[in-house]
Amino acid sequence: MKHLLLIVFLVFSFCAVKAQDEDLLKLLGEDEKPKKEFVEYAFKSSRVIMSQSMELIRPGVMDMRILHRFGNINKGAYEFFGLDNATMRLGFDFGITKNLMLGVGRSTNKKELDGFLKYRLIHQGKGPGSMPFSFLMVGGSSMTLLKWADTARKNFFSSRLGFFGQAIIGRKFSEGFSLQFMPTMVHRNLVATANDPNDLYAVGVGTRLKLSRRISLNVDYYYRLNPNSQDGTQNPLSIGFDIETGGHVFQLHFTNAVGMNEKVFLLETTNDWAKGDIQFGFNISRSFQVRKKKN
Amino acid sequence: MFQLKESIMKKRMLITITFICTAVFVFAQDKFYTKNGKILFSSKAALENIEAHNKSVTCVLDAKTGNLQFAVLMKGFEFEKALMQEHFNENYIESHKYPRAEFRGQVINIGEIDYTKDGIYKALVRGKLSLHGETKDVETTGTIAVKSGKLEADAEFNIELADYKVEIPKLVKDNISKTVKVIVDCNLEPLKG
Repeated sequence: MKHLLLIVFLVFSFCAVKAQDEDLLKLLGEDEKPKKEFVEYAFKSSRVIMSQSMELIRPGVMDMRILHRFGNINKGAYEFFGLDNATMRLGFDFGITKNLMLGVGRSTNKKELDGFLKYRLIHQGKGPGSMPFSFLMVGGSSMTLLKWADTARKNFFSSRLGFFGQAIIGRKFSEGFSLQFMPTMVHRNLVATANDPNDLYAVGVGTRLKLSRRISLNVDYYYRLNPNSQDGTQNPLSIGFDIETGGHVFQLHFTNAVGMNEKVFLLETTNDWAKGDIQFGFNISRSFQVRKKKN
Repeated sequence: MFQLKESIMKKRMLITITFICTAVFVFAQDKFYTKNGKILFSSKAALENIEAHNKSVTCVLDAKTGNLQFAVLMKGFEFEKALMQEHFNENYIESHKYPRAEFRGQVINIGEIDYTKDGIYKALVRGKLSLHGETKDVETTGTIAVKSGKLEADAEFNIELADYKVEIPKLVKDNISKTVKVIVDCNLEPLKG
């Protein structure tokens, strides 16, 4: 009987102690089931540098993007290391849904108007039933508004047009490291010589290395599979930093590509990194919330 | 004879254990919980007002002991502007490193609240708030409204961003308030043991 009393006493005191520092939240068992969650913010903006990134701008957001490329740095002090010459592209991107965005832009280079659609089919996630990578499709076209070079021949409107299609397969490996591959095809209706392919194929790689919470190092490169070997064009390579300050993202970079849409930087990049034909450039992105989220 | 005594003892023991179990069961019924409580935070500054809300706050209150605990996932905070939400997660709260915020504390005047009688009661809450890897003491007075066996808990308090080592870059220092007002609104239901 004495033993029993002791046991009862012990049990009671145990209960009392337990009640004091009980983890009440554990009662709900909320920690047990890991939930499926999408991986966000693989890149700071919707572009790596010149290419589309695996990120989209959010629905209801308009992103005004001003892209600048200066002249070649190796032109020396007379040209103020390239800063005397600049080309630019003014663009507006719109987030339509969580997985769809579109953009339009106008470049000073060749007076080109361009537009694109980007759609995410697979969104990288973690937790049960999620995919380990993101998969996106981008399609776009461009139209030059230059006067015809040769007015003697019959010129067709379709000759002004170029198209590109791109797949983006990307993964955010860790908080600081994201990597993506971009198989790309560019089509031109009109080419200069018989050596120029109407369809050009290329594979791109884009990566981000986060240096701090607000600064990252980005690299963007394309290897072209069937370029015209006689026109001296080069594979485009851009290296730069993303710097975030409140509502803006500044992308400062060095590049050999003058053009600021897929057709131009893949087909018309004549500058060579090896010869020092590098340009300084920067992109400014400013987001505006044009449609407010519903609460 | 000896055997009989033992069996009586066994019976007694069984009764005692049953009693204890029932007691524990009753304890369990004194707990109230929710998984979709609401937290709203707002910070007002000259240039920018920031407001975000979270509708999946977990809260458990033990009416017997006054123990009160909250848990909230930082990623669940929704902002009016998508960019604010990105900055909140990426730059300020670092939700990949510190995914949860927790409050563990007590309703100090739990004795003054009668959970069986409808009415509105003042609740003095004291405890520790863990956020962004830092834990600090928090104290506030809220209300608990009892209505037909359910509770509605409301509270409001201010926290200093510096206490939780949430850094504001110099460039936007004037745009962002250093104090954040937190408003809690939870409808608690009895937790069935």
